[in-house]
Amino acid sequence: MDLYEYQAKDLFAAHGVPVLPGRTVETAADAKVVASELGTAVVVKAQVKTGGRGKAGGVKLAQTPDEAEQKAEAILGLDIKGHTVHRVLVTEASDIAEEYYFSFLLDRSNRTFLAMCSAEGGMEIEELAVERPEALARIPIDPIAGVDKAKADEIVAAGKIPAAVADEAAQVIVKLWDTFVAEDATLVEVNPLVRDPEGKVIALDGKVTLDENAEFRHEAHKGLVDERTENPLEAKAKAKGLNYVKLDDGQVGIIGNGAGLVMSTLDVVAYAGEKHGKVKPANFLDIGGGASADIMAAGLDVILGDDDVKSVFVNVFGGITSCDAVANGIVEALKILGDGATKPLVVRLDGNNVEEGRQILADANHPLVTVVGTMDDAADKAAELAAGA
Amino acid sequence: MSIFLNENSKVIVQGITGGEGTKHATKMLASGTNIVGGVNARKAGTSVAIGGQDVTVYGTVEEAMKETGADVSVLFVPPKFAKDAVIEAVDAQIGLAVVITEGIPVHDSAYFWAHASAKGNRTRIIGPNCPGIISPGKSNAGIIPANIAGPGKIGLVSKSGTLTYQMMYELREIGFSTAIGIGGDPVIGTTHIDALEAFEADPETEAIVMIGEIGGDAEERAADFIKANVTKPVAGYVAGFTAPEGKTMGHAGAIVSGSAGTAQAKKEALEAAGVKVGKTPSETAALMKEIIGSN
Repeated sequence: MDLYEYQAKDLFAAHGVPVLPGRTVETAADAKVVASELGTAVVVKAQVKTGGRGKAGGVKLAQTPDEAEQKAEAILGLDIKGHTVHRVLVTEASDIAEEYYFSFLLDRSNRTFLAMCSAEGGMEIEELAVERPEALARIPIDPIAGVDKAKADEIVAAGKIPAAVADEAAQVIVKLWDTFVAEDATLVEVNPLVRDPEGKVIALDGKVTLDENAEFRHEAHKGLVDERTENPLEAKAKAKGLNYVKLDDGQVGIIGNGAGLVMSTLDVVAYAGEKHGKVKPANFLDIGGGASADIMAAGLDVILGDDDVKSVFVNVFGGITSCDAVANGIVEALKILGDGATKPLVVRLDGNNVEEGRQILADANHPLVTVVGTMDDAADKAAELAAGA
Repeated sequence: MSIFLNENSKVIVQGITGGEGTKHATKMLASGTNIVGGVNARKAGTSVAIGGQDVTVYGTVEEAMKETGADVSVLFVPPKFAKDAVIEAVDAQIGLAVVITEGIPVHDSAYFWAHASAKGNRTRIIGPNCPGIISPGKSNAGIIPANIAGPGKIGLVSKSGTLTYQMMYELREIGFSTAIGIGGDPVIGTTHIDALEAFEADPETEAIVMIGEIGGDAEERAADFIKANVTKPVAGYVAGFTAPEGKTMGHAGAIVSGSAGTAQAKKEALEAAGVKVGKTPSETAALMKEIIGSN
């Protein structure tokens, strides 16, 4: 889960990383109030989970509370790369002497963590990595040893952070490591990490990604989910414990078992769609190995509730579950949904007890259900039905 | 021959007393796996009835190994306890630990991987979040249904469980030396490259199917490895061409970030290494049938 800047900074502050005082508001009037309370020049920053906010006009300096109100007015409601701004962070404006870059992240290739540090912060780090790779230090971090002051000193030196602030920067880095570990983050990025004219090191921005697998030991992380920007179908699916992702511009609803097979199903449907009015998959939905009637019904319910969906492709390989159980699940699900089931279903079953499974569907003879033998042919049929709808 | 798992493998199950552990231990046993014990510290000294057979539950992996000569452990331990369970298996120096558990925090898997590395990687870890490994007709360590396909000359390595099953089904007439699901998490033990290297060395394996998916650069690195080290024919498949950037597709590791980790890039890398890449699982199976037919 990606966090907003203000949420990232709240976590930073909780772990002793210096951040500037500020508050998040949802109206221009409240922005004025916060600016008055702070009593300084402020920066009004759009809270969206995407980069390039500054270029898009989502970050503005305001000298007075009235100006903060005007700037907030202009920023709230902005569309930044498809993200609508619902909130702005109003924070003390800082005089910046120097900007650095710092992050901890998961290094998949080496199955460990990585610290990245540079004295040249502020710019897009992807650009820096390409244009001047020598300016970006990459230090592997042993997950067991972690980052103590000595390791942080090594990182700071490798990143060529100026000697005058090296010690303080290293102390901040130790606290960022504490944040990274204690919150089960897969990314903690500070760009820029700044030195102010008094020599203080401050995290001026923050980007944090949390590991959803670790939710069981972070009750507080549940409160960080922004239900407003969540897709309503995704929220509904999540409430039912389903692994669902809504896709843009799709017409064929997809249900399958196993992440890899469902990903593959999306591809096969997209290929089939090339022949049938360019229809595309409308979602990713993995009902897992079990595929019981209840889960099938819950999945169908979510997908049939998607107005974009014109046909549904149920693609199940009976591995752990046998196909007769899955077929019974589909029949039961259609009974549970009753008149709520309104769109044609193309079902492909393969694997254990496939003959029994197909027989159950044939016997049920549901008017909406078409059974097709192979994954490719079934995708073709589902695409054809969606294109003709 | 086969890789990593054979007819002599003696298998214990960590978490055998849990629902999933009992269910799949039963299936493994039914498919001919030599299950010699289970591990649960709180139920040491008891036994569980599995497939009409009483299986002894030991307090630790070390004890189970000492008593039974076990050399493989399959873990069905819940995510919360998985890190400690893997570390226990590694410290006992068991040869192979197959971690089926889904949903382990990545800080925990990075930690146990670092621990295993520090101990000299004497324990091969497969997974986590994987279906396990099967050498059909010999042994089955995990949840891959044993009745999909029998023994044969194809080696299969895949990130995904159900795509493993699908591909085994499509190629069931040829059969498999070993099929291994390495898991869809960002940090995994055994990689595509490890499996490719073992299949290349395995005299019983004549051709290899490699299934990848979006996220990370494991497929690209496997392509480099194939180019330099693999002489046996390889057919490949990559899932996730239509996955949008920034959305995790079910597997925690299946995410496209920017230009990195796309299916297209992986397909191109594999093709450049001489791998025949299919557009769909069935097309990939057809390519493999051609390869086997022409050999």
